[in-house]
Amino acid sequence: MRKILSVTILSAALLGSGGCKKESEFLNVLPTSILTNDQAFSDPGQVLSILANLYNRQVDIATIKTWETMADFGEAFPSTGGAPGPVQRTDWGYGDWGTWDYGYIRHLNLFIERCTAAKALSEDNKKRFLAEARFLRANYYFEMVKRMGGVPLILESLQYDFKGDPTYLQNPRATEAAMYDFVIAEAEAIKMDLPADVNQKSRASRGAALAMLTRAALYAGSIAKYGVNTPQVSLPGGEVGIPAAQANAYYTKALAAAQELIGGTAGAYALYKKKPDLAENFASIFYDKGSNPESIFIEDFKLKSGKVHAFTIANQPRFGAEEEEGGRTNPSLNLVHSFERLDNSFAPLPIADGGGNPIYYTNQPDLFAGRDARLAGTVLLPGTAFKGRTVDIWAGYLLGDGSIISGDQRGQFKTLPGTATAVQVVGYDGPINGMEFTAQSGFYIRKYLDPAAGSGSRGTSSEVPFIRYRFAEVLLNAAEAAFELGQTGVAAGYMNQVRERAGLIVPLVAGNITLARIMHERRAELCFEGHVLYDNKRWRKAHTIWDGQPMSQADLLANIGTAATRNTQPWALWSYKLHKPGDPNHGKWLYRILKSPLVTGANRFRFGNYYSNINNDILANNPKIVRQPNQD
Amino acid sequence: MKIIIAILSFSLFLCACEKDNYDPPTAQLSGKLVYQGEPINVEFNQVPYNLFQFGFGKTGPVSNTSFTQEGTYSVLLFNGTYKLIIPAGQGPFLWKKTPGGAPDSITVTMNGSQQLDLEVTPYYMIRTPQITAAGNNVNATFKLEKVITDANAKNIEHVNIYLNKTAFVSGNSSYNLVSTRRLGADIVDPNNVALSVVVPTIIPAQNYIFARIGLKIAGVEDMIFSPVVKLTL
Repeated sequence: MRKILSVTILSAALLGSGGCKKESEFLNVLPTSILTNDQAFSDPGQVLSILANLYNRQVDIATIKTWETMADFGEAFPSTGGAPGPVQRTDWGYGDWGTWDYGYIRHLNLFIERCTAAKALSEDNKKRFLAEARFLRANYYFEMVKRMGGVPLILESLQYDFKGDPTYLQNPRATEAAMYDFVIAEAEAIKMDLPADVNQKSRASRGAALAMLTRAALYAGSIAKYGVNTPQVSLPGGEVGIPAAQANAYYTKALAAAQELIGGTAGAYALYKKKPDLAENFASIFYDKGSNPESIFIEDFKLKSGKVHAFTIANQPRFGAEEEEGGRTNPSLNLVHSFERLDNSFAPLPIADGGGNPIYYTNQPDLFAGRDARLAGTVLLPGTAFKGRTVDIWAGYLLGDGSIISGDQRGQFKTLPGTATAVQVVGYDGPINGMEFTAQSGFYIRKYLDPAAGSGSRGTSSEVPFIRYRFAEVLLNAAEAAFELGQTGVAAGYMNQVRERAGLIVPLVAGNITLARIMHERRAELCFEGHVLYDNKRWRKAHTIWDGQPMSQADLLANIGTAATRNTQPWALWSYKLHKPGDPNHGKWLYRILKSPLVTGANRFRFGNYYSNINNDILANNPKIVRQPNQD
Repeated sequence: MKIIIAILSFSLFLCACEKDNYDPPTAQLSGKLVYQGEPINVEFNQVPYNLFQFGFGKTGPVSNTSFTQEGTYSVLLFNGTYKLIIPAGQGPFLWKKTPGGAPDSITVTMNGSQQLDLEVTPYYMIRTPQITAAGNNVNATFKLEKVITDANAKNIEHVNIYLNKTAFVSGNSSYNLVSTRRLGADIVDPNNVALSVVVPTIIPAQNYIFARIGLKIAGVEDMIFSPVVKLTL
């Protein structure tokens, strides 16, 4: 009895102590699943995880996460199922390449405001986090100005007051020059708050800030200088177009920032030169993750973490692939034959002699001998190997009577005339027109392919990083800025560093440096890294190299390596084996140039493509935003 | 009972349709680009025009489409007042401008359908085009008249003759099978230009082909064309 009584009293007491809260307290319970700003910004690890989300939302024009973004602009043939869109359409849409993610900008601004207000963070931590967020914000505005020209420059979180009039939230577009000035000023302001550490690659570092600065200043300088070529690509308010008078000031800044980085104050960055085979060395820049001195700022990936990518799956040689797919990006002959010969001259690949007779080669890769090592580092040439297996790219047998025996299945067997047993008559990697995953241009891509086992299987994928800024580009930025400032000797020095690594050891002298040389050098070094569109836009050359006119074989072979080269249609180079028993060339290789019948469009870059469309929703919501020129 | 409910709800449905919907626009505005009464031919879907309307609290055009390759346009509108404009830098011609240099607008009052030709000043006119098929060739002769000769004058970049198997013919590579080009610098006598092009093999075979002449003006994106002609081979 007493026991029961005591239990009752006890429970009553417990209930009472629990239940008799004041009403205001009772309803004021902190949620357990949401952190307040103070809580979120109290611990450096917590802040870093917020920042990681912001890092993960950066955008790139071409990235290894989607192979299609690389396989356009006449640089490659997309060997994919169905209709290969990029080679069948003529015009790019005015909206292509546009970006307008003010949600991201807002989150960056909120991060900066909340981190500034945080009390529990140490000053050092705070400084670095703030610098990183400002780097990301500047980098995204840089990405926007490249695509859209001037956009509203919002540097604080905007808050609606729910009074029915949002006009105070409507901001006009900044001028294009102001956008670049902002990026440059931010990079200057934050660089000392970021670590000068060559091994800090996926987070912002001093090197990344300087690399962004030099690229932005170079872009602004060239838009100012070459805007004269396209007077109609401008707006009276300066939202598009930069006055020519500012060109030199930008080039000066670009050169100074590049030299600061090259000088080593931001860390011991250098060209990657670890392997004696120069082509292998060049390919290694993109997959070697062990203290790679070349990459400055990357998007990193990690196996078994969920953040992996499928670039190798999409582009691995189809024959012997780890998955029933691959081979999608086929570099075009246009690109392949633009790589220089070792004496610094340009020439078509020697497939025929002066009389038009084919030249026969004992081994397939012999045709490409004596060229820039970046060719074999960027492109898987027929007869070269990936993951220890030679790619099997050949189109068929050429018979003595001039006819061709080939197949329409990968590695098909047929009986040759005069023989009894069937033999393979086409490569297991093609090329076969219209058959997806075969090397329809005669080539596969090598850049960014991951040689690690399992990189080509869906269950494993690849952790090769995507390089956003690397040292060779900084050298080329310095060379271009120096050239534009009249310092051709300095420019030649920087160019020669990059070229020597590619086996082009005959140095260029000051008199050799022209804008066409620099354009070519950037294409050779930086193709498939997301530069081709922006470079040709800023040189105001895009509408001439992609002029919408189909390319004949004569067009293809003329003007290689000059500024007049057009690139509207990807051409192919197919190899055949001669079958002519008794002939000294029996069993040797010959090459033929052709254009796939699937290539029906011809790239046409219209004036309205220079700056991507701002859509009517945005224009209707904010009447202060002026329209892009040359569109509608 | 069930049937009555069904009929009742169905008739409610009918009523709702009538009350909620507007009639579609019925007034048609149409016309073509002309210079002194002569039509201006352009590339299909490349030369836009905008129609603006006042008073709905939105900015931006209500209609944003482009001219046909014959230079015609048509759009269905509600009755009311509109402003029509060809945006800056579009078309192989000059559109009238405000003193400030911005493209000026035409006020269009719709009260039933109407025909409205748009007078523009082309940089060049392709005069008296004669396109004939002879054997396996298509030959063209024509005159080039420089219309704008003041400070806005521009040079000829090139003239082309284009052939296509459908009636859409232009410099866009999807709309021509083959073309022959003469650069502006190589034109000796603009009053007597002759171009010739070999007819390619057409698959599937057809015994006719469409042709027209296009002129590209230096520094102007859109080309001006002669009318499309159908030739029997």
